[in-house]
Parts: sequence; C-alpha cells; structure tokens
Amino acid sequence: MSDTHQQSIGYVRDSMIPESEPPLGEAGAIKWMRANLFSSIANGFLTLAALTALYFLISGFLPWIVNGVWDAPSIRECREILDGKVGGCFAVLTERWNQLLFGFKYPSDIYWRPALAFLLLFVAIAPVLFSKVFPKQILIFTALYPFIAYFLIWGGSILIPIFALLGLIVGYLVYSRFVAQSFAAGFFGGIAAALAFWWITGFIAVDGVLAIEAVPSRDMGGFMLNMLLGTVCVSLSIPFGIALALGRQSDMPIIKWICILFIEFIRGVPLITLLFVASVVLAYFLPPGTNFDLILRVIIMITMFASAYIAEVIRGGLAALPNGQYEAGDSLGLDYAQKMRLIILPQALKISIPGIVNVSVGLFKDTTLVSVISMFDLVGMIRGPILASTEWNGVYWELLGFAALLFFVVCYGISQYSQWLERQLQTDHK
Amino acid sequence: MAEAAKLQVSDEVAVSIENMNKWYGTFHVLRDIDLTVHRGERIVIAGPSGSGKSTLIRCINALEEHQKGKITVDGTVLSSDLKNIDRIRSEVGMVFQHFNLFPHLTILENCTLAPIWVRKTPKKEAEELAMHFLTKVKIPDQANKYPGQLSGGQQQRVAIARSLCMQPRIMLFDEPTSALDPEMIKEVLDTMVQLAEEGMTMLCVTHEMGFARQVANRVIFMDAGQIVEQNEPEEFFLNPQHERTKLFLSQILGH
Repeated sequence: MSDTHQQSIGYVRDSMIPESEPPLGEAGAIKWMRANLFSSIANGFLTLAALTALYFLISGFLPWIVNGVWDAPSIRECREILDGKVGGCFAVLTERWNQLLFGFKYPSDIYWRPALAFLLLFVAIAPVLFSKVFPKQILIFTALYPFIAYFLIWGGSILIPIFALLGLIVGYLVYSRFVAQSFAAGFFGGIAAALAFWWITGFIAVDGVLAIEAVPSRDMGGFMLNMLLGTVCVSLSIPFGIALALGRQSDMPIIKWICILFIEFIRGVPLITLLFVASVVLAYFLPPGTNFDLILRVIIMITMFASAYIAEVIRGGLAALPNGQYEAGDSLGLDYAQKMRLIILPQALKISIPGIVNVSVGLFKDTTLVSVISMFDLVGMIRGPILASTEWNGVYWELLGFAALLFFVVCYGISQYSQWLERQLQTDHK
Repeated sequence: MAEAAKLQVSDEVAVSIENMNKWYGTFHVLRDIDLTVHRGERIVIAGPSGSGKSTLIRCINALEEHQKGKITVDGTVLSSDLKNIDRIRSEVGMVFQHFNLFPHLTILENCTLAPIWVRKTPKKEAEELAMHFLTKVKIPDQANKYPGQLSGGQQQRVAIARSLCMQPRIMLFDEPTSALDPEMIKEVLDTMVQLAEEGMTMLCVTHEMGFARQVANRVIFMDAGQIVEQNEPEEFFLNPQHERTKLFLSQILGH
C-alpha cells in the first residue's frame, strides 16, 4: 500500500526549511493569557473581577505589614509611633518572643536546652523521613533522642532517662529471649520485665544525682508545648494505630472486640472531654498524693484519641489490598509477623498516607485545645498572659496571625513531605 | 512422551489425601476426596467452574481449611498447628491465576523475600539463587523493574520463579494461564513444560488440554466437589467413560 503510494507521488526534499519564530500571539505570555485568562467574555470578566478583588486585598493588607512597628514597649507607644497610620503592632512579637515560644514560667537562662532539643529533633527524624539519603547509623540517635530530649527539656537527674532507657532494653532482651517459644510469652514477659525494672529503680533516690536544673511540667508553655505534644503524640499514635487496626482484623475474638470497643468509644467522644478527664476527673480515681504528671496525662489522652482515628485510616488501607497478597505471603511460608511487616503493611500504609497525614495535621492543631484546661501553650499564652497584660491588651491580629503562621508552616511542611513520599513510593504504574 | 514421563515417577508419596471433605458454611464443596500423588507425578485437574478444583489444591497448602479427612504433605500431616502449616507451605510452591506479585518490591526482591526471611538464606546467596531462576524463566534482564512494568506473561513467569526460589518439592498451579492474553499463554506453558521435564511434582488446575496431553501423566476430572474420573491423558481424552466427562470434553474441544 505504502509502496504504491510512494511510487505514484514520488518526492524527494532538496532543501531543508530553517527554524523560524512562531507568529506573534501564538507563543509566550500573550498566548498564555489568551488561553487561560480571556478565553471567553465571561472568563475575561471573571479575571478582571478577581484581579480587582486581589488589588483591594493587597492594598489593604500591605501597608499593615510595611508600616508595622517592630520595636515598642506597649500598644500605647506603638500607636503613638504609628500616629494614625495603618500598621501592625508587631512589637508584641519581638517583646514577648520568648514567652510565645517557651511560655512564661520556663527559666529564661536555660532556653538553650529546649532550643537544642528542637534542633536535634531534625537530626533524629531525618533518617526516618528520608531513609534513602541519610545513613542508617543515625537511627541509633533517633532511638536515643526521646531520652535526650526529655533530659534537655525537663532536666533533673540524668539517671531518670537512663533508667527509662535501660528498662526498655531489659524488656526487649526478655522479649527476644522468649519470642522464639511463643510471641505472647515474649511480649508479656518483656512488658513485665520492663515494669519490674522501673519499679525496682523507683526505690533508688536519684534526686540531685548528676542533675541539671529541673523544670516541672506545669512550667512548660508556648509553642514548645505544642511541638512537644504534637511530635510525641504523632509518633506514638502511628504504631498504636497500626496495632489497633491489626487487632480489629484479628481472628481472636477477644482482642478484636477490645479493639473495636476502644476505637468506637474514643471516636465517639470529643477530644475536649478527654482532656478534661485527664486534667480534672483522673485525679479523683488516683490515690491521694499520687503525682501523675499532667503533660503525661494529656499525652496519653491525645495519643489515644489520634490512634483510634489512625487505626480506622489504616483499616481502610488494609481493606484496599487484594486478598491475593495475603495468600501469596501465606503460600511462601511467611509467618503472620513477616507477612504483615514485609508485604501487607508497606502497601496498606502507602495507601493510607493521605489519611494519616490528615489525622496528624489535625492532631497537631488540636494540641492548642490544651489551653482550655489551663495549660499555657501558644494559644493559651496569647489568650492569657499576653492579651491580659496592660501593655498588650487588644493586639489580636498580630498575635493570632503569628500563631496561625507558625502552625501553617509546620502543617504545610508535613503536607508537602507526604506528597513527596507518595511520589517516592509510586511503583505500580510507572 | 507419556511412557518417558511414567518412568520418572517414583514410589515415594508426595501428597496423600484421604477421605477429605470441606464445607463453605453449609455448602459441601469437596466430598470424599481420595488422592495420592507420587513424587515426580504431573497431575492436571480439570472440570467445570465451581467444581472445587481450585479449592482442592488450595487445601494442600492450607490456604483453605478442610473439615474432615487427612492430608499428608511430604510426610507431614496437615493440622491446625501454625508452625506445621508454615513448614508445609515453605515446601510447596504455588502459582496463582492473578500472579499475586508484591507490587511494592522489585522482581528481584519478590524472589528473594521468602528465601531470606523463611529459609534465612544470606542476602547475596538469595540474590544469586533468584537470578538463577529468573534466567531459567528467561527474564533475568527485568530483575530491577517493578511488577507493574511487566506484561502479564512475564509477571506469571516471575511468580513461577518466586515459588522456585524456595526450592519446593511440590508445585501447585491454580489456573496459571486463565488471566493471560492468548499470545502470552505459550511462554508460561513452556516454562511449566520445562519444569515438568525436570521431574517436578506438579498439580495443575488448568483448561489447557494441549498442556495436559503433553506433560501430564494423570488427568483428574472433577464435578460437584467430587473426583468423577481420572486416567492417563491419552485414555482420558480419547475414551472418556463418565457422561459428565464426555459432555465437558465435547464442550471444550468442540470448537
């Protein structure tokens, strides 16, 4: 067919056409504008309306930023400096910077300790978030980080975090000793050994031994408190959520029903209620004189709350996997733990990433709810000590805008990371 | 061919199923199954859909639980003991209709996973083994790709290689070519023929009657959860005895 075609209309090119410019209006900005902004009369009208709205928004907002006062001792003097002009009183941020970040009771001479813990956080999470880039050895630091961070932020005797760590190691050793015989024996034996170790070391008087200045939990505050609750609760609620999701799918009816009851109960209760329980009601049930740390109570409540949600997200991911994946794992002779860890969870978690990030971002923002139970986190600081002070009474926009900005930066970072991670794990339809 | 095949069969019993029954709820799927498979035998199981043929071979590696009767695999009696089941599964390879490769792992990782974690083979050794079997199924060059990048026939050959990496003594095939395009069926069947010629004990649920004729030394025909007829392939195809077998063969060979 093509042969006859070539024979009947034979043609050989004798000169090549040089490259030339496209006609004006068919490339570059003009073409783009015509295609995207003014493709029809209605579209052009909408474009103009949007531009006008943008103009009013920016022209109102920009002077407030540009004329902002960054150096003044109080709102009164700030207004004097502005002298009737439109402008923000950002001086409150510089003047109360430390309070916004650390709360108003944390000793100012040891601000470097939480700051250092914050910097080390990046070192600790880097190998977890970017496992391909950073060497695996840093993971040892990641494992030690919670104890280092505790020591830096709370201070006190270094023996406390060391005992906590040793208890975990003892528990792990007992677990690995007995797990070959039976998983249950290893698991409960490990927990019992760790608890026994902590109970025994509880009798050792550690006060002042190798100690740095101790800061009690009620003195924690500011954005530090939000970061602390957010990081701890997110990193705890993911493993608990996985365990709950697997428990809910378990063949063992008692475990299954415990998990279902827990998840359904926690999801049916507002977080505020749980926080009130943590701060007020729990004290009635504990023996008098028990000192059960408030932050620890709040961490337990938020973690329980978030892990119930994460469990449901992961259950969705597990349900999305075809049964054949379980069967293939089974047919190769993998046991339950191997099958879950190597085949099922990597795929289920990948599917669940958007949902897990959704819960994590929500959880991080929900840490501001602790201001309701009179803890002075970032929002608690703004609503309480700062806005109530005579110097800064009435500086709402600047303070709450700053709080919003801090939360936005962190949450947007999490969101961007998760999208990057999803692209990294994309292996099915290349 | 059939004569040569018979010679390779030993007296050693690989799988023995005695009076096995299975129910799905109240539905009686498998009824009084008795089957002895000798080492080196290639058995093709045919039958209409819903006749219980897949369920039968899935009982052999305990993907399905049987409620009555006794299954012995390689001398080990199948019980509900998990360790027992895992041991049998690591000796019995299985190839599925829909391949069931692990999409988040590369071809090589698919093949090395079970040897590394179940057999505790060192990673390097497991990779050499995997490359050996990938070469055998003629796709060593795809080792670092992901399953989603391969054609159906290639994926099924990877699935065969993945099972072989556990160096099983028995292979189960559950309709391995039913989900493939006609052109790809041949490459998978060729691989299976090659395996058969090496003396692998095989139980294949398949509708590929040409394959049955070429390599099987026994064809089993099932209907309504029972073994209706079994015979050597020549006899089975030329001289079926049972009415249901005659009807089935006329349906599938009639066009």
